[in-house]
Amino acid sequence: MSQPFTQRHIGTDADAQSRMLAILGYDSVDALVNAAVPESIQVDQFRTIGDSTLPPAATEREAIAELRELAGRNTVKRSMIGLGYYDTVTPAVIKRNVFENPSWYTAYTPYQPEISQGRLEALINFQTMIADLTGLSTANASMLDESTAVVEGMLLTRRASKSTSTRFIVDADALPQTKALLANRAGALGIDLVEVDLGGVSTGSTTGGGSTGGVSTGSTTGGGSTGGVSTGSTTGGGSTGGVSTGSTTGGGSTTGGGSTGGADLGEYFGVFVQYPGASGRVWNPAGVIAAAQAQGALAVVAADLLALTLISSPGELGADVAVGTSQRFGVPMGFGGPHAGYMAVRKGLERQLPGRLVGVSVDAAGHPAYRLSLQVREQHIRRDKATSNICTAQVLLAVMAGMYAVYHGPDGLRKIAAQVHERAGQLVVALLAAGADVRTETFFDTVRVSVPGRAAEIVGAVADSGINLHLVDSDTIGIAVDETTTLADLALVVGAFGGRDAFGLVDFSMVEAGLPPELHRTSEFLTHPVFNTHRSETSMMRYLKRLADYDYALDRGMIPLGSCTMKLNAATEMEAVSWPEFGGLHPFAPRADVEGYLELIRQLETWLTDVTGYDSVSLQPNAGSQGELAGLLAIRGFHLSNGDTQRTVCLIPSSAHGTNAASAVLAGMKVVVVACDELGNVDLDDLRAKIALHAGNLAALMITYPSTHGVYEHEVGTICRAVHEAGGQVYVDGANLNALLGFARYGDFGGDVSHLNLHKTFCIPHGGGGPGVGPVGAKAHLAPFLPGHPMAQRAEHYLLASGDAATGDTEAGAVGGTVVHAGGPVSAAPYGSPSILPISWAYVRMMGAEGLHEATGAAVLAANYVAKRLEAHYPVLYSGDNGLVAHECILDLRPLTEATGVSVDDVAKRLVDYGFHAPTMSFPVSGTLMIEPTESEDLAEIDRFVEAMIAIKAEADAVAAGRWPADDNPLHNAPHTAQSVIEGEWTHAYDRETAVYPVRSLIRGKYWPPVRRIDNAYGDRNLVCACPPPEAFE
Amino acid sequence: MAEQSELQYTAEHEWVQVDGNTATVGITAYAADKLGDVVFVELPAVGSDVAGGTVVGEIESTKSVGELFAPITGTVAETNDAVVDSPELVNSDPFGDGWLIKVSFSELPPLLSYAEYSALIGE
Repeated sequence: MSQPFTQRHIGTDADAQSRMLAILGYDSVDALVNAAVPESIQVDQFRTIGDSTLPPAATEREAIAELRELAGRNTVKRSMIGLGYYDTVTPAVIKRNVFENPSWYTAYTPYQPEISQGRLEALINFQTMIADLTGLSTANASMLDESTAVVEGMLLTRRASKSTSTRFIVDADALPQTKALLANRAGALGIDLVEVDLGGVSTGSTTGGGSTGGVSTGSTTGGGSTGGVSTGSTTGGGSTGGVSTGSTTGGGSTTGGGSTGGADLGEYFGVFVQYPGASGRVWNPAGVIAAAQAQGALAVVAADLLALTLISSPGELGADVAVGTSQRFGVPMGFGGPHAGYMAVRKGLERQLPGRLVGVSVDAAGHPAYRLSLQVREQHIRRDKATSNICTAQVLLAVMAGMYAVYHGPDGLRKIAAQVHERAGQLVVALLAAGADVRTETFFDTVRVSVPGRAAEIVGAVADSGINLHLVDSDTIGIAVDETTTLADLALVVGAFGGRDAFGLVDFSMVEAGLPPELHRTSEFLTHPVFNTHRSETSMMRYLKRLADYDYALDRGMIPLGSCTMKLNAATEMEAVSWPEFGGLHPFAPRADVEGYLELIRQLETWLTDVTGYDSVSLQPNAGSQGELAGLLAIRGFHLSNGDTQRTVCLIPSSAHGTNAASAVLAGMKVVVVACDELGNVDLDDLRAKIALHAGNLAALMITYPSTHGVYEHEVGTICRAVHEAGGQVYVDGANLNALLGFARYGDFGGDVSHLNLHKTFCIPHGGGGPGVGPVGAKAHLAPFLPGHPMAQRAEHYLLASGDAATGDTEAGAVGGTVVHAGGPVSAAPYGSPSILPISWAYVRMMGAEGLHEATGAAVLAANYVAKRLEAHYPVLYSGDNGLVAHECILDLRPLTEATGVSVDDVAKRLVDYGFHAPTMSFPVSGTLMIEPTESEDLAEIDRFVEAMIAIKAEADAVAAGRWPADDNPLHNAPHTAQSVIEGEWTHAYDRETAVYPVRSLIRGKYWPPVRRIDNAYGDRNLVCACPPPEAFE
Repeated sequence: MAEQSELQYTAEHEWVQVDGNTATVGITAYAADKLGDVVFVELPAVGSDVAGGTVVGEIESTKSVGELFAPITGTVAETNDAVVDSPELVNSDPFGDGWLIKVSFSELPPLLSYAEYSALIGE
C-alpha cells in the first residue's frame, strides 16, 4: 500500500510539525489554527464534522483510474466546427519540454525579472510573433481568450478615442461567443452595441443590398469558381487593385468603389471587424477602418494568425488594434481552454495596452535584460483607474504558441497555412462537384453551405461518421479545415452532401485560390533569427532547456510569494491534462461527446460548494479577475432584478488588492474606499459611516478573507452583518482561501458570493503567469445571475438542495438540485478553461475533506513558524487573535531601511544569491516583504529560507556599522552573476565568496542568475517590446 | 530656475509661475520625489482649452501614474517638448527645465503661497 497522497502533498511530517509547534507553544496544529481563526466563524459552529459530501481520499492510482473512466465518457471526433477553435499538431518537442515540464509550468509571473529571463525571452518571442503577423508595433504577453480580448479592445478604443459617443459598431460576421461577451460587458458600462454587416456595407451599400451584399453578389456570378472568388472583397475602399478587379466581376462592386458605407453608421467611438469572418468570408476592411478613423473612432480587428501568413495584416489595412487567439499554434483545443489570446496596437497606443507587456531594459552591468514594462498602469497600482482588471494571463500557452512559431519559422507557418487553404479549396471543389450550394466565395479555411431544411440531418450524419460540423441554423452548415484535416476527412464530409461516389473523381486541378488577390500578403514576418534557427529537434530541445535553466521555478526551491500560494503541483494531478480525451474536444462539440467532462465539472462544482459553504459554483471564469467580475455582475443582476437600479456603490477596504477596484468599475460600480486601522483591519467606524452615507445606493462590499494583510480579521461577521442590514451584498475575495479551507467557510459567516483561485488553493500550476481558473461560488439567491453561455452543452448547474431557488430536478447520482446560470458569459468558452480542471479535481479527490483540513493547518503552521523565527530580526507588521498570522506574514523592512539604507529590493535580490525566489515585495504595504511558505515546503527548506533571511539581516547590520560602504556591499550589488565575480579585477569591499557563496551549501548546487539587477526606469523610458537583435547580447 | 519662494502652488503639488497673462506650470520637488523616477510624460495639445482643476495630462514613474491637473482655466500656449523626450528632467530639475506647460488665462484663481504650501507638505 502506497503512502497516502496527503503525506506527499504536505511537506512537514508529524515530527517536523511537533518541533515547529514547540517553538510556537501549541500542542497541536488544530490548537494553533483554532487560536488564530475567530471562533465565531469556525465551521463547527455551522455544521458537524461528517457533514462533508466530499468522497473519502483516493490514492493516486485510484484517482487516475477514475479520471480514465471520465475521459472514456468523452468522444473525440474530428472537429471541423471552426469558430476560433481548430485542431492543431503540438510539436512533441514542445509538449514534452514545455507543456509537461515543471521548469516551465511551476514558475511564477516574472515580477522578479533577474530570475525569469527564460520565460521573459519566450514571451518576447510571442510578442514579436504577434506584432509581426498583425503588422502592428506592440503586442502584449497574452490575453485570456479571443472574446475577452475583443472586449478589452472595445474598452481600449473607448479610452483612446476622442469621440464622446457611446456607440460601438460590431461586425455581424463576428464569432457568436464574442457577440455574447460584448453584449454582457457593454451592458454594465453603458456602451451601446450596433451590429452591422460591415462586409455587406462595404461591397454593396449603394446597391441597396445592405445586409447580405457580399453573399448575394457572389451567388449571382454562379459557378462558384472564379467569379465569386474575388467579388466579396474587391471594393474594400482605397485599394486600387481591388477596384479594377471588382469592376470586371460586376455585381455591386463598381458602385462601391470609394464609398464604404461607414458614413451611414452615425457617430461611434470604435468599430470591430472579424477577419476572416465567422462565416469564413475574407474581405478587405480597409475602407471600414478608414471611415471609422475619419470620424474619430478606432478600429479593432480580430484576426486569425494562421490566415495572416497569407493575407494582408490588420496593420497594413490601417487597424489601430488587433486581437485574437493563438490556440491553433500548437495548443490543444481543450474543450475551450486554456490558450493564449493576444492583443497588438499601433504606435502611440502602447500605454493603453491592458495586461502584461514584456520589454527590454539593461542590467547593472549594462547588458540587455528583459522585464515587465509599464507595470504601474496595471490594477495593482492604479486600482479603479487601471486600464483593465486583467492580471493573470496565459503565459504557459503563449510560450507554447511562440515556440510553435520558433520551431516552424515563417516558411513553415506559410506552408501550414497554404496546406490548410488548399484543403479548403479542395473541399469547395468537391462540394460543388457534389452539387452543394457553397455560399462563401472568398475564404481561408472555412466555408458555409446552404442546405434548406436539411442542416441538422446532414450535421448528424457526418457526426455519426466521426466528424463534427458547425450547425449554423436549420438551413446552413459551416465547415472549417485545419492543419490536421485529411482528404479522407473531406471525402466523409462531402459524402453527406451527396458526393460520396463522386469524391474519387473530383478534378482537384480545378481548385482555385479562395483569397482575394488584393489581400495577398507580400510583407515579411518573423525575420528575427530566433524564428529562423531552431529547425532541428536537437536545436529546439536545447533552446528550450537553455531558457528553462535561466529561470527559478518550484523545481529548484521554495517560492515564498505572499498572496500567491506557490504550493505543489503534483505529477498525478497534471497527468490527465495531456490526455487527448480532455485536450481534443471543441468547446461547442455536441453534448453527447462531452459527457465525461460534464460529469467532472458537476463533481467539481459540487465539491467547491461544499468547501466554501455556497449553493452553486460556476467554473467559467478563466482567471481570478474574471471571477471577480462574474461575481460582481451577479450582484448587479440581482439588484437590477429587484428594481434597485441605484445600488451601484461598491465598498472596498484600502488593504484590498487593486484588482478588486478595477473589477468593480468594469461591473459598472462606483468604488468607495473604506479605511483600515493601525492594526490593518477594516476600520469599523469608517465602515459604518460609509454605509450610512451610501445606504440607499449600496451594492456590495468586497472583502478579502483572511485579509491581504495575512490576518484573520476578528470582526468579519460584524462587517458582513452591517452590509446586509443596509441591503448590500458581501463579496468575499477567495485569494487567501488556503488559510481557511476545512476550518471556516465563506458562505457560513456572511459571504454572498466569492471567487476562488484554482491556481492557488487548488493546485493548478501558475505556468509562469497563467493559466488560471477563477470559479465563482454564490448563495442560491445569486445563482441565477452567475455566468451562463449561449452555446453551453448544459445550462443547469449543481445547486445545494437547501437552496431556495432549487428546481428539484436532480440528475442521477447528484446530491441536490440544479439551477440555470442565466447571467451573460465572461469567457469565450462555456466552461472557461476545462482542460486544466482535472488538476483541481484530482487534488480534492486525493486529499478528501480531512486532507484539505490538514493542508490548511500545515500552511498556517509554516507561516507562523517563519514569523516567530524571524521576529527578532524583522518586525512582523500585522497579526490577529493571540498574536498569530494566517497563512502568510508581512515583514516590515522600513525600520531596517531607515537604519541601514538597505531597501526591500536589496533584500529581495540578495535572496537570489542565497538561492531563493524573493517573497512578494511592497504588497500590500510599501517597504515590506510578504512571505507565504505554503503547506508543501518541508522544514529543511523553510529553515534554509529562515537562515538566509537572518544572514541577510546580519549583512545589513554590517552596512549600518560601516563595515561595508552603503553603495558597495553584497546587498546593494545583488544579484551576482558568474561573470560579475570572474571577469576583470575584483575591487569590491567584500570578497567573491561572500558575493556568490554566502553559505557553503551553495557550492555544488547554486542557481546562477543570468543577469544583474535590472534598471526599471530605463526600460519604461525606452520602450522596446520585441526581440532585440542578437548583436545586443554580444 | 525660479525662486521657489516666489512661486504659487496648488494642493495637487504643482507650482505656478505667473508672467502677465501666462502661467508656467510644473510639479514640485516634493511631488517629483514622491513619484520617483519619472519615465513618461503626456501633456495636452498646444492650443487646447483646459479647465482649472481637471486632469489634462499624466506623469508616469516607476512607482505610479500621477495626474497633471490644470491649475487655471485657459488655453495651452506652450508645452515642454524636452520633458516629453527626457522625462527624467522632472526629477532632476522640477522647478526649471522640468516645467510642463504654459497656460494663457484671463483670470487667476486663488493659489497657495510658498508658506502655505510648505505647511501643507510639513516642511
